[in-house]
Amino acid sequence: MAASEHDSAGAPSGAPARPPLPGGRFAPGTSLTAHVVKIGLLGLFTALGVWAVLPLYLAGHWLGLAVAAGVVALVYHVYLSKRTVPAKYLLPGVLFLVAFQILPVLYTMSTSVTNMSDGHRVDKQQAIASIESLSVTRTPDAEEYTLTVATAGDPETGALVFLLTDPEGRTYTGDEEGLDPLPTATVNASGRITGAFGYTVLTPAQVNARSAELEEFAVPTGDGAGIRSSGLSTAFEGTAVRSYDASCDCVTDSETGTVYTADDERGAFYGPEGDRLPQGWKVNVGFDNFARFLFDPTFASSFFGILVWNIAFAVAVTGLVFVVGLAVAMALHVPRMRGKALYRILVVLPYAMSSLAMYLLWRDMFNTDFGLINRMLGLQIDWFGDAWSARAAVILANVWLGYPYMFLVATGALQAVPRELSQAAQIDGAGRWQAFRHVTLPLLMVAMSPILVATFAFNFNNFNAVWLLTRGGPLSSENSTAGATDLLITYTYRLAFNEATAQYGYAAALSVMIFVIVSLISVVSLRRSKALMEVDR
Amino acid sequence: MRLRTASALAGITAIALAATACGGEGTGDSGGEAAAGTLVIWTDPERADAVEQSAAAFAETNGIDVSVNAVAFEDMQGDVLNAYQAGNAPDVFIGAHDWTGNLVRNGAVQPIELPQDRADLLDSTSLEAMTYDGQLFGVPYSQENIFLMRNTELAPEAPRTFEELVEAGSALKEDGEVSEVLSMAVGQEGDPYRMNALFTSAGGYLFGQDDTGTWDPADLGVDTEASIAAMERIAEYGEAGEGVLRRSITTENDAALFFDGEAAFFVAGPWNIADADASGIDYAISPIPGFEDGGPASPYIGYQSFFVTEGSTNTALAEEFVTNYVTDTDFILDLYAADPRTPVQAEALESVSADDPNIGAIAEAGTEGMPMPSIPEMGETWQPLGVAQAEIVGGTDPAKAMESAAATISEQIGE
Repeated sequence: MAASEHDSAGAPSGAPARPPLPGGRFAPGTSLTAHVVKIGLLGLFTALGVWAVLPLYLAGHWLGLAVAAGVVALVYHVYLSKRTVPAKYLLPGVLFLVAFQILPVLYTMSTSVTNMSDGHRVDKQQAIASIESLSVTRTPDAEEYTLTVATAGDPETGALVFLLTDPEGRTYTGDEEGLDPLPTATVNASGRITGAFGYTVLTPAQVNARSAELEEFAVPTGDGAGIRSSGLSTAFEGTAVRSYDASCDCVTDSETGTVYTADDERGAFYGPEGDRLPQGWKVNVGFDNFARFLFDPTFASSFFGILVWNIAFAVAVTGLVFVVGLAVAMALHVPRMRGKALYRILVVLPYAMSSLAMYLLWRDMFNTDFGLINRMLGLQIDWFGDAWSARAAVILANVWLGYPYMFLVATGALQAVPRELSQAAQIDGAGRWQAFRHVTLPLLMVAMSPILVATFAFNFNNFNAVWLLTRGGPLSSENSTAGATDLLITYTYRLAFNEATAQYGYAAALSVMIFVIVSLISVVSLRRSKALMEVDR
Repeated sequence: MRLRTASALAGITAIALAATACGGEGTGDSGGEAAAGTLVIWTDPERADAVEQSAAAFAETNGIDVSVNAVAFEDMQGDVLNAYQAGNAPDVFIGAHDWTGNLVRNGAVQPIELPQDRADLLDSTSLEAMTYDGQLFGVPYSQENIFLMRNTELAPEAPRTFEELVEAGSALKEDGEVSEVLSMAVGQEGDPYRMNALFTSAGGYLFGQDDTGTWDPADLGVDTEASIAAMERIAEYGEAGEGVLRRSITTENDAALFFDGEAAFFVAGPWNIADADASGIDYAISPIPGFEDGGPASPYIGYQSFFVTEGSTNTALAEEFVTNYVTDTDFILDLYAADPRTPVQAEALESVSADDPNIGAIAEAGTEGMPMPSIPEMGETWQPLGVAQAEIVGGTDPAKAMESAAATISEQIGE
């Protein structure tokens, strides 16, 4: 059987001896062009793989390397094998799904169980390294040297040597052993050594290439102090005040004598009086972040208050845009109406304009003293200063921006509902309202309900709608992290990215909650709209 | 078996193609690395060209490459921290001095030893502002502070006290010349940055300072009697009082009010100068006046500075660049031409003050100023303090608002 397949596949184009493979003329092996295209694409993909692998290899990310190699191998297998026809269609979509949907969700979930925040971004090793290197302080009244970086031997591998000139013009060499006078050296006008017998003076680029070593290099001068470089041409004497000791897992400050002990649960070094070193590290905190907004009284009241408003906002906006959009569509659907095209264009205008600009315009229109609304109506309402008026304002602006879309959809759906049906209902004695309610609306809902679900989901996470109008406010001094018009998404954003300490772990936990809530709502409403379709049948 | 052969052939050809492609790439890469490292500098788009030109000279002198990337200033701190975490941070970047505490806490910047002759050129307050925990963390090059801009046609005299300002502004308002006494942004979330001048003049303070000028996060002044009394004083001018300070004036409309002639006085910053010149209004710059019987009104001073990233692969060059290049007069003047901010380097300041009278006036308005605290705890104060101040301007009881703000701040600092 396999042989016959091969024969037919290799046969010149003509009547096939068997049903064509899925994919028609793009099925494997059908033409020379297809082959060339395939080779080109696979080559391109391999190049992409190699391009990804090189930096991974240089950085020693073996897992990443294995994944990249695995994906390339998988692609080769799928597109060169004859037995994987369905996979040929599925693979690109699946790869993109994994890369752009599943991985971010998993990463957010893994962040949500850590304390990642400012001061807790890196791992413990890096935190220790920065504690030690940041603690190098200049010895008071220490000499400042003019520096020339040189090596004993080869510029790339030879041991580093500092050729130093002190303010009095005396010259020294400094290496890992210590400081020695250097009686014979070529010195330029500014006192900098330009050459010395037995040493190779490095060019700036050569010095730079050895930055990592230079960072660690200090010419010992006793008492833990050392002469370190600062840039290419200065050196100074300094001491690393804080040092880490692995045996006690602690950092000792040699100036004050304080011992800071590592706390692996909180991810920082704590002193005896509960004071901590600023540089901490990221640790796993389990479900603490979730527990915080579910059970901590202040956070829980913020969270549930926002959740309720969030749902109310999405329901109100969806409901109102539906009612307004449908009403306008019905009004413009009346056959006797003149100039319909013009009205339709006017109604759709808000939809055609940039919603970002429109939000900012609405924000200014709601200004208490200078806003168009208060001035035109002679009101003195502090729109964004009071919780309920701010909520009303946010809903109003969003209905204005959202109804043209609903109008467009409803107009389309109305055209598809034959007028004869409601006329027939009216002949049977139904009133206008009854005809609409029991004949037109159910038929409309078939087309509109998926749109309503989408509108709801969109408004549930409509960041711009709130952030550009009220920034989630009004906030109160009692709780300045959660505002009256905050949606979960704006609240999350404020926690993660405002001027205060960025709390990524906590914000990620909130994002996971939003993900769960939106998924639940979508599943439930999709089930219901499916049920609707079956009733229709 | 022809097809199998064809598939195998396709595979081999693809690999060969890829090999050629990456062969080309490989040479490109190694060629770049052999030439030397590339010093990567991040700056905001306004200054990118100026930095790039000046850095080109630096690159040539030292035989290396310099790459300048433009990053929006408001995103800079977050982007640098994220890039640092991911291991691809720039070697040098421009930032504001009040980021120092947060940058240090994340271990993202390294201390800088400035040679004495270079340090002597710079304003000593600017160096103190860049110092955190006894170490210098960046090289400052410019400073900025807010000031009072007035319409000289309507208000020829600079007010010496806040009371005088209110009197002059109210008189103009009664005559129908203007509609606002003063244009000072408050907004719904408050603006502690602009409010600080009045707040300090009335006796309030945010954080205590020890003898050496180091900020003490444990000494939070928000709910002290002095600070509450200060806000009570300010509340007299709020919406429930004289209506001079109002939440409806925001950073979006404050400049427009002044440029449209709706207000004769405007609490402005250097960023408003270009628009003020373009608006054709005759304006003058003077210090923000304090209260008659109060202390000096201290606007916050912000410094712009060059930072060196901790653990960058080009540390030596990055240090060389910020210590010897950023302090160089020509370099600062080039940056000034691209983005006029008051230099902190003495020679450059002298040179630009001679050409631009505004620079001197702004510097004078900043003489009573205080560097914005650079401790990371500062970040926790903006939102709660701002909201409290906005509430007070709106008519809430100052004691209540300031106490709950203090409670929020101390809770967040404690975490």
